[in-house]
Amino acid sequence: MRDDEKRALERAIAEITEVAKGFGLDFYPMRYEICPADILYTFGAYGMPTRFSHWSFGKAFHRMKLQYDLGLSKIYELVINSNPCYAFLLEGNSLIQNKLIVAHVLAHCDFFKNNVRFANTKRDMVESMAASAERIRAYEIQYGKLEVERFLDAALAIQEHIDPSLLRPKLRWKRHEPPLSEEPKKPRTPYDDLWKLDETGEVRAAKREPIKKRKFPPEPEKDLVLFIEEYSTVLEDWQRDILTILREEMLYFWPQLETKIMNEGWATYWHTRIMRELDLTEDEIIEYARLHAAVIQPSRTSINPYLLGYRIFEDIERRWDHPTEEEQRRFGRKPGQGRRKIFEVRELDSDTSFLRDYLTKELVEELDLYLYAKSGNDWVITDKAWETVRDQLVALRINGGFPYITVQDGDYLRNGELYLKHHYEGVELDLKYVEKTLPYVYQLWGRSVHLETVVENRGVLFTYDGRKVHRRFL
Amino acid sequence: MRHQEKVKEAIRENLGDLITEESIILSNGRDVVKIPIRSLDEYRFRYNWQKQQHVGQGNGKSRVGDVIARDGQAAGPGKGKGAGDLPGDDYYEAEITVAEIEEMLFAELELPNLKQKEMENLVVEDIRWNDVRKKGLMGNIDKKRTLLTALKRSALAGKPFRITVDDLRFKTWEEVVRPHTNAVVIAMMDTSGSMGTFEKYCARSFFFWMTRFLRTKYQSVEIVFIAHHTEAKEVSEEAFFTKGESGGTICSSAYRKALEIIDTRYPPSRYNLYPFHFSDGDNLTSDNERCVRLVKELINRCNLFGYAEVNQYQRHSTLMSAYRHIKDPKFVHCIIREKADVYKALKTFFSNPQTAN
Repeated sequence: MRDDEKRALERAIAEITEVAKGFGLDFYPMRYEICPADILYTFGAYGMPTRFSHWSFGKAFHRMKLQYDLGLSKIYELVINSNPCYAFLLEGNSLIQNKLIVAHVLAHCDFFKNNVRFANTKRDMVESMAASAERIRAYEIQYGKLEVERFLDAALAIQEHIDPSLLRPKLRWKRHEPPLSEEPKKPRTPYDDLWKLDETGEVRAAKREPIKKRKFPPEPEKDLVLFIEEYSTVLEDWQRDILTILREEMLYFWPQLETKIMNEGWATYWHTRIMRELDLTEDEIIEYARLHAAVIQPSRTSINPYLLGYRIFEDIERRWDHPTEEEQRRFGRKPGQGRRKIFEVRELDSDTSFLRDYLTKELVEELDLYLYAKSGNDWVITDKAWETVRDQLVALRINGGFPYITVQDGDYLRNGELYLKHHYEGVELDLKYVEKTLPYVYQLWGRSVHLETVVENRGVLFTYDGRKVHRRFL
Repeated sequence: MRHQEKVKEAIRENLGDLITEESIILSNGRDVVKIPIRSLDEYRFRYNWQKQQHVGQGNGKSRVGDVIARDGQAAGPGKGKGAGDLPGDDYYEAEITVAEIEEMLFAELELPNLKQKEMENLVVEDIRWNDVRKKGLMGNIDKKRTLLTALKRSALAGKPFRITVDDLRFKTWEEVVRPHTNAVVIAMMDTSGSMGTFEKYCARSFFFWMTRFLRTKYQSVEIVFIAHHTEAKEVSEEAFFTKGESGGTICSSAYRKALEIIDTRYPPSRYNLYPFHFSDGDNLTSDNERCVRLVKELINRCNLFGYAEVNQYQRHSTLMSAYRHIKDPKFVHCIIREKADVYKALKTFFSNPQTAN
């Protein structure tokens, strides 16, 4: 980048930052860096500039890079949820592109800082991931690259199955309940048992109760990664450490999965507002408009989060600025509250509640959203009723879009086997993938692993016993 | 990067399937081919895309019942944002050039029974400067090394700097000699009625790779195509692979034709000869004895005689049982039951008996 270009960009950043502050956006101190495509795409594939290495990131990199090389899609920027906040700009962006990106990124950072889902994320994750990567590299040296890779393959297969709830302490049941069966207390004196003769049959039955198998875990456990980390009998210390690392990283990334539509919508909303405030030449305006149009381009086969989120935020603002008479009467909504309302939404909601509460009938119809499904070889539109569309959109976002699986029993058949349950909500699992994933869980747990799910409306139990996967109807 | 290693690994494991991949054989070796690599899947618990309802966005005119995409069509899933998780992207595709496959495949193959042909064919191809000596031609003196040696020696001895005869260093060269060799592949194929598309396809992929392999070893490789049923005739490559014939099978006719061509055009003293015969083994029984005799004659003239029987259904083959008795290291036979066996055949034919055992 030439010096004068750099100065122009610096001036633009200062100006945009001022405008954003004026709008009330509240972000961390920003650090901008200009990166060549190779570097930017590496960060994109790893999700972080300092993450440990695994071949799957290489695969992601190649896929993204290929699309870039073919001109199919392009990452213009990458922003990291951290304090200070790092934003990486693609080398070769024009000044106007960078202006849009800076405005966009400031809104992302405001979102990271203020949305409640991000409240628990580590703001020094860059350093912490660098340290983890260092540890994993040390394990590679000590235990061999292939050994570590073999373990990472297995651990990454279940990495989404953590418990990201905000308020729940991890494995709360373990504190007051020591795991597994305790021996019934032995009589202290030879005559102690004589006292028992006094007890009625009822009391005796009650006393025998604890000998019955105690449930383990006492209630279904969502955090599969943590459960395995704590209770697997086959893991080495370094392997438990890797599970901790992966879980921490997933907890860090989780809010981003949960607020994709909101986050992108918020950033898009603000880059349009900020760009309007800037003094642009005619050419710049045209270039900006073209870029903005590319960002919010709809797709027939998927949802563009930039567009959907953007339109919902604008719609909220409008409805709270100009409430109908009915809304004023029923909800006591006063006109002119739009800005205040969207700031409240960006703080309190996540995609599921955002869609459920603010995706209106008018919006679904205006955006022409529909549901489609497979019929024979074709993908066909099946439904356009706004409530079904909305509910399906919400359903797709639940649990970050991953199947909801809990540990039902960590001592199944009294044999230390692991019994998992997929909480079926109308969508079947990819069975081929189930059969390939169970061996990974087995590798981590060390004993037979079971997964209960539903196939064609019948309960099915998949079991992997170390040799092959069995399937049996329940 | 580890990812690329894994791609290579996956390709190596699947060589058998890959080399019979139609797109490669038909690409004439120029193109880049895309191959699915399933061992690079990242397995996890996930929903079945095919059975899920998805949300899309229309242009305002969409109606229930509209088809928005079709499987296996570019216009369908896989375009636009979020393409990564649509069914079209179910597995990972690696791009690979035929040259890369060759490199891996040929690393596993060797030329057996290679013989020096007439000495007059040896030609000097190049010279290589690869040695430094104390004696040599003044014109080839290595000034830098000479000075360095002189400096070292005088410094060690503590005497003023002088170049002595002992310090002189000369560059020397080596002649790189490559035998100017010719190889001839005599491709014989049974085109009787019993040879179907599958049989021909196997033969075709085999000859495709064999020719390419021999080209890396010899300066020029010529191929003679002989098609036979009850009679044999020399044909063009195109006719060899495409023409369907009918009738019975007399294999000896092909061998006789091969002998005739060798004797008139390719004297064994000058050429490395590789006759290969593809058949389904359904030979006229009375002809078998004559075949064995002619094969022996061919072996005397050739580097290697290969007989491959394409036999999908495990039929009993009279020709194969006759050939089982030929015990000569230059005679190699194998059976191809499925496409992937072409790879096996290549490995059987082109391995050195000494190193293999």
